[in-house]
Amino acid sequence: MKTNYDLVIIGGGPAGLAAAISAYDNGVKDILILEREEKTGGILNQCIHNGFGLTRFKESLSGPEYAARFIVGVRERNIEVLTKTTVLSLSKDKKITAINTQDGIFTLQAKAVILAMGCRERSRGALNIAGTRPAGIYSAGTAQKYVNIKGYMPGKRVVILGSGDIGLIMARRMTLEGAKVLAVCEIMPYSSGLKRNIAQCLDDFNIPLYLNHTITKIEGDKRVTGVVVSKVDENKKPIAGTEMHFDCDTVLFSVGLIPENELTKGAGIELSHRTRGAVVSQTRETSEEGIFACGNVLQVHDLVDFVSEEAEMAGMYAAKYILDGKQTQNYVNVINGKNVSYVCPQRIDKNLDGNVKLFFRVTNTFKDCTITAKCGDKILMQKKKKIAVPGEMETLMLLKTKLLDVEGDIEVSLEVQND
Amino acid sequence: MFDVIVIGGGVIGGLVLRELTKYKLRVCLLEKEHDVCMGASKANSGIVHAGYDASVGSLKAKFNVAGNLMMEGVCAELGVKFRRNGSLVVAFSKEEMETLSALKERGEKNGVSGLEIINQARLREMEKNISDEALGALYAPTGGIVCPYELAIASIGNAMDNGAKLYTDFNVSAIEKTENGYVVKSDDGQEVYAKTIINCAGLYSGKIAKMFGDNDIEVGARKGEYILLDRESGDFVSHTLFFTPTQKGKGILVTQTVDNNILLGPTAEEQEHADTETSANGLSFVIEKASKMTKRPPLFNTITSFAGVRAYSSRHDFIIENSKNAKGVIHCAGIESPGLTASPAIAKYVVEELVSKWVVLESNEAFNGNRKPDYFFKNLSMEEKNEIIKKDPSYGKIVCRCEQVTEGEILRAIRENPPAKDIDGVKRRTRSGMGRCQGGFCQPYVAELIAKEQGIALEEVTKNGKGAYLLTGVTK
Repeated sequence: MKTNYDLVIIGGGPAGLAAAISAYDNGVKDILILEREEKTGGILNQCIHNGFGLTRFKESLSGPEYAARFIVGVRERNIEVLTKTTVLSLSKDKKITAINTQDGIFTLQAKAVILAMGCRERSRGALNIAGTRPAGIYSAGTAQKYVNIKGYMPGKRVVILGSGDIGLIMARRMTLEGAKVLAVCEIMPYSSGLKRNIAQCLDDFNIPLYLNHTITKIEGDKRVTGVVVSKVDENKKPIAGTEMHFDCDTVLFSVGLIPENELTKGAGIELSHRTRGAVVSQTRETSEEGIFACGNVLQVHDLVDFVSEEAEMAGMYAAKYILDGKQTQNYVNVINGKNVSYVCPQRIDKNLDGNVKLFFRVTNTFKDCTITAKCGDKILMQKKKKIAVPGEMETLMLLKTKLLDVEGDIEVSLEVQND
Repeated sequence: MFDVIVIGGGVIGGLVLRELTKYKLRVCLLEKEHDVCMGASKANSGIVHAGYDASVGSLKAKFNVAGNLMMEGVCAELGVKFRRNGSLVVAFSKEEMETLSALKERGEKNGVSGLEIINQARLREMEKNISDEALGALYAPTGGIVCPYELAIASIGNAMDNGAKLYTDFNVSAIEKTENGYVVKSDDGQEVYAKTIINCAGLYSGKIAKMFGDNDIEVGARKGEYILLDRESGDFVSHTLFFTPTQKGKGILVTQTVDNNILLGPTAEEQEHADTETSANGLSFVIEKASKMTKRPPLFNTITSFAGVRAYSSRHDFIIENSKNAKGVIHCAGIESPGLTASPAIAKYVVEELVSKWVVLESNEAFNGNRKPDYFFKNLSMEEKNEIIKKDPSYGKIVCRCEQVTEGEILRAIRENPPAKDIDGVKRRTRSGMGRCQGGFCQPYVAELIAKEQGIALEEVTKNGKGAYLLTGVTK
């Protein structure tokens, strides 16, 4: 088997596919995509609802339809794809060890690598919820797989913890399949899901959303028989006396997504404890030369459209690196200031041409606020927002002209007007 | 008709059963649950204690020290992971430092070797994340760690490979005397006959003892809650850290596990029923204590919390004796901590010293005590793995991403003794679903493999036996 490639992309989901196409179109033809599932497309394959592609294609596609556009693009370019193959490890010198049933365990050497492994759901276990550990507890994504891919129902009477988008989508999906969704509980005072999903998945089906509420106990010996839900105070501690009991056979968790960076860590690549993804520059190059990261393995995006956009950037710069070699770099750091939980990219190479788009999230819900990127006292970019929420990623464009004479850290912060 | 019946498929019953198969005996194991190792052996700290805790002259002291010495060899034969990581009993005050001296002295009387009192500087050197408040510790280099369910399952599997028979779902409801021995009846009408019975029923050992009129064996239940952290934080501590025992109790421990997770716990709550619910208070207690022992335990890497129930006896010591009322009946009751450590020594003693009085022990030359480890595949070199994948491609398919468990390993767990029947059974045997995503990705695949192997529908696959169904039907 061929063991040397210009570019190896780990993951054949939306990020990996878009990165491959972009790298190809920017002049690198010797590409391999490694995918652990039987086909490419990633989690989009089980997202049979619509709403994908509104930003990018100006039309509403289902997950598989959105994926198909990129799968076709990869096929048209004859980009090599190895499915049913799991990457076991990655090294700094871009050696990739993988396993499959055909070839056993094998090692590949790449000139550049793009990390596109996506993310996983936080599980019930991570939350230390009291009670029993019966059957009937699923992450929303696992339930989605059972319903949409396997054709089975994970339960009939459902309480959902967390108002992330997958949880909201599954509230509707389970309802349409005949299950009764009794409640969606969200510990925060706001939903982390998209506004349109609250309207279309909960409101349209009269499913109550309990903000500032969490599950404080799970009951049932063999199978879930009920949950206790309590209101929480401003420190997210349950308030005694506010307990509500729901008889249910199923609990779904939609309590956050975690970038899957085990390979990244194994390679000794610097990670941000804020995004839980790699620290990258605007090229999406990590702390290791020639290793790039994009999509949800880098930062959890709200929409797949943004994943594709970021992946194309990574693909383009990976191609540039392969064709032109390493260029001298001149970094300044980007740090998160007041009311901002993270910023990506975390550094900017001033030697590169072009404007730099910063992606970041705010720490709370803010109304009538100003978002500023500055270096020392010098304001590089500023914009006003009517509302900013943690559930929707914010962006700020830094113009190349403003970046030229920046020395020192760039800080992104949010101030409430009249504060 | 069997020569010996063992009641209870935990680590004690398992190792006793295996010990019996070293002789030409017809033996069987009765387990009330649908799988073995469903009680105390399923969820405890997995500590191989050095032996300074137990009072001098007690059965606990005797079997602890002997079991500690045997553990390494037994684990090597059974392919069970074991590591002598050493224990530290940490003192936070002058009084506690004095207690350490007493513990050291007691340990030495019990026959524990290598005990040493270390100062703060050395302690900090040995454990980088130890609390600044810790003043010193008793270091026991012979302390170790093992996976309790791995040991129990492997010993039962090995005994079965050597001819022992396993009855699961056999809930003993009555035992009656027959001409040559006893008949043991289950609540669903099964009957098994034997000359000799060994009661290793854990939490229920008191209940079994009463069936023979041995009313002086009182066994209670004590619950312990735990928090488990991701392997990513596996180097947070390297030894097993204990609080110095005080009148208020022992407090929790902070330890690495053999699988390189970090385990915090347990609480100790006496209770009437053997429930394994976790509680907000219990888990907060564990966090509070772990935060006292160490600097900033990496709780953000919590992957699960759970509770286990362990037996304790009213005698505050192991009860290992012949029945006072029934001939050929042996009780191993109230085997509380350090029961896991003591288990190989208890098994040897029970068979050689007690069973031998009732049946003739004739050596079984065909006995093979070696078992291919459940994770044998993981331990192989790349070349060896590739040889296996060539013969059986299912070893080339990763099913559990977090713990990198292959389809081949899962199929093996479903097929081999004692066979895994459900999701949790596969999990305990292969670690599939034990990792950071807690089965989110692998569960549907594992369920399909179980369904296929057992020739059942996917809806019939359970998490852990009857009633624990995963699915409620097909979609519209």
